[in-house]
Amino acid sequence: MTGGREQMLDSIRRGLGRGPLGEAGKAAIAARLDDHRAGIIPARTRRDPAGLIELFIELAVGAAATVERLDGPRRIPIAVADYLAAHDLPRDLVMAPDPWLDRLLWAERPKLKLRPGRALATDATGIARAFAGVAETGTLAMVSSETSPSTISFVPDTHIVVLGASRIVVSCEEVFARLRREAGAAFMPRSLHLITGPSRTGDIEQRIVLGAHGPRRLHILLVDGTEA
Amino acid sequence: MQPTTKDFPENARRALGDVPLQAALGNIARGWQEKRTQAVAALPEFEALRTAAAAIKDHTIAHLDEYLERFESRVTEQGGTVHWCRSAEEARHTILAICHRLNARTVTKGKSMVAEEIGLNDFLGGHGIAPVETDLGEHIIQLRKEAPSHIIAPAVHLTQAQVAETFRAGHHGLPTNRRLDDARVLVDEARNVLRPRYFAAEVGITGANFLVAETGSAVIVTNEGNADLTQLLPKAHIVLAGIEKLVPTLEDAATILRVLARSATGQEMAAYTTFATGPRRARDVDGPEEFHVVLLDNGRSALLGTEFQDILRCIRCGACLNHCPVYTGIGGHAYGWVYTGPMGAVLTPALLGVAEAGHLPNASTFCGRCESVCPMRIPLPKMMRHWREREFAAHLAPHAIRRGLSWWAFFARRPALYRAAAGALARWLALMGGRLGYVRTLPLAGGWTAVRDMPAPSGRTFQQLWAMRAQPAAKKGSRP
Ligand code: SF4
Repeated sequence: MTGGREQMLDSIRRGLGRGPLGEAGKAAIAARLDDHRAGIIPARTRRDPAGLIELFIELAVGAAATVERLDGPRRIPIAVADYLAAHDLPRDLVMAPDPWLDRLLWAERPKLKLRPGRALATDATGIARAFAGVAETGTLAMVSSETSPSTISFVPDTHIVVLGASRIVVSCEEVFARLRREAGAAFMPRSLHLITGPSRTGDIEQRIVLGAHGPRRLHILLVDGTEA
Repeated sequence: MQPTTKDFPENARRALGDVPLQAALGNIARGWQEKRTQAVAALPEFEALRTAAAAIKDHTIAHLDEYLERFESRVTEQGGTVHWCRSAEEARHTILAICHRLNARTVTKGKSMVAEEIGLNDFLGGHGIAPVETDLGEHIIQLRKEAPSHIIAPAVHLTQAQVAETFRAGHHGLPTNRRLDDARVLVDEARNVLRPRYFAAEVGITGANFLVAETGSAVIVTNEGNADLTQLLPKAHIVLAGIEKLVPTLEDAATILRVLARSATGQEMAAYTTFATGPRRARDVDGPEEFHVVLLDNGRSALLGTEFQDILRCIRCGACLNHCPVYTGIGGHAYGWVYTGPMGAVLTPALLGVAEAGHLPNASTFCGRCESVCPMRIPLPKMMRHWREREFAAHLAPHAIRRGLSWWAFFARRPALYRAAAGALARWLALMGGRLGYVRTLPLAGGWTAVRDMPAPSGRTFQQLWAMRAQPAAKKGSRP
C-alpha cells in the first residue's frame, strides 16, 4: 500500500506545516536516536551493589514474587526440588535449553524430571535464567533466544527464574545498555520481557487475583558467586 | 463499534438510575484514585517525569514523519512488515488479508482500543474468522456482546455477580449449578476456557503502548500476560497501533513507562512490559514466524497543527476517566463509543466528527481534575472548550443554548449595557430569593431549578463587588 504510505506522510507534513526534513533535520533526528543517556532515574536507586540487591528483593516480594538467596549455583537443584515439594507441585519441569543450566548438578536431585525446550500446554513448571534484574522496580529482564524460549515465562503455572546477583542493575536503561554491549548491532531479541511479579488481574471489581493467564507463582533464585 | 454518541444525554440519564452500574462505579473512586495517589506520593520525581514524558511526545510528534520512516526501516530490516493504513477500512482489510493468507480460522486478541475503534471483531466475524478476546475484561464483555466501558478495564461497569451470570450463560459444557461466587473461581474458569484458544489461533493481534523508532519494537504492557501468549503462540503477530504511539528510543519508552502504570493502576510497573521486535530469529525455538505492524491514521494526522494536537500525547492510562466526576457518575457506555471520559470527550469528536459527538465535550464540569492527573499534561478542559466553540460555530448547539449565548454575546460586547442589565438582573433575583436566599423557580430555566434551588445573589453584580473590594486596597497604595 505505497499510495497510503505517501499520503499518510504528506498529511502529517501538511499538519506540521512543512515538507520532508532536510539534511540537517535528518541528522538531528539521527543524533537523537543515538543518544542513549538515561532520563530521570529515581533517587531511591542511589545505593551500593548490596543495597541494590536488597531493593530488588524488597520490590520483587512487594509485587508478589518469592525470592530465595543461594550462595552458589551448586545449590540450585536442591532449592528447586525443595520449592516444588513445599508447594506440593509435580517434579516435572520444562527447562530452557541453556548449557549453563544444563551443567548444574541435577543428578543430586534425581526425582526432578527435566525436559529441555520451549513450554507446551502440558508443562506445569518452567525454569530459565534471567538476563538481568532491575532494582528500581524488582523487575526481571528475560531475553528470548535459542537458549531462552519466551514461552517458559508465560505458559507454565509456576515460573522459576535463576538470577545471578551480579546481574542486578539500577534501571531498565541499564538493561538496554547491557544488551547493546553484549549483543552488538542487532541487539534487540525477538522478545524482551520485563516481568514484575506473577500474572494478575483486577478486572472483577478491582480485586487483585494472581494467575490470570500467565504464571500463578514467580519464584526467583538469586544466586551469589556467579557471573551468570 | 457503532457509535451512539449522539444519544449521550439519554444514555447518561439511564446510567444514573442503573443500580448495579452505580455500585460498580463506586469501586473506581475507592480503588484507582487512592492507589494512584499513593504511587505518586512514593515517587518524588513524578512531576519531573511528567514534564519529561510530555516533552518526549511533543518532540516525536513534531518529527512524526521521520520517526515513522525510521521505525519502518528497522522493522523491515528485522524481517517484519509495516502496513500504512489511512482509514479504519484499510486497516480492517489489511488484517483480513493476512488472516486469509494464513488460512486463519481463529485469531486471539490482546486488549486493543484501536481494534475497537476500527470495529475489527465484527468485521472478522463477518468474514468467517472468530476473534477471541483474551484480556479477562474483554472476554467478559465479548460474552455479553457489549462495548468496553473503560480504556484499561473494559468490564469495570460490572459487578462480580453479573460476571458470574455471564459465565454461567456463556461458558458451555460446564455444570450449570457450579459455584461461581468468588473472583478466584471466576478467573480460573476464564483461564481454563481461554487456554486452548491461545494454542489454536493462527494469528494473534495486540495493540501497542509504544512503538520504538530506534529498534522497530512494539511495546505492550499488561498485567495478565494475555498479550504475551497472544503474540508468542500463533504463526503471526499483528500489532495494530495509531501513528501517535511512536517514541524515539528505548530510554524514552522507559521514561514514559515510569508514569504509565502509576497513573493507570497505581502500580510502579505493570506485571509484563514486553518489547517485541520482528519475527522469531532463525534459531529461536518459539515466537511468531511473522511480525506485522498496522499503522493507523484514521483522523490522527488531521489533528496536527490544530488546537487538538496535544491529545496525540495521550498514553491511554485512564487516569482522567478515574478522576472525572462525570465518568465516575455515569460510566463509559453513556459516551457511546470506544474512548470515554475526558480523553474521549476530546478524541471522539476528532475521530467521528463534531456532528456525531458534539455532546461529549459538554460532559464536563470543568473541575480540572483530569488535567491535574494526566501524566502527559494534556490540557483536556481547554480542548473541550475548543470543541464547544466549534460546535457552536458549526450551529450544532441546541437552539435554546444558541439563543442564550447570543444574548450574552450581544451584551458582552457592550460593557455599559452589560453592567446595567446584569445589575438589574441581580437586583431582581435578590428580590425573588427574598429572605430565604434561594430562588425556587426561574423563568426560562425550569429544567435547572426543577431539581435544585438557585442561591439568590446578594443584589449586586460581581463587577460592582469587585470595584468595592478594589477601592480600599487602592487607597493604601500598595499590595499586601
Ligand atoms: S488524556 Fe492523559 S490521563 Fe487521560 S488517558 Fe490520556 S494520558 Fe491518561
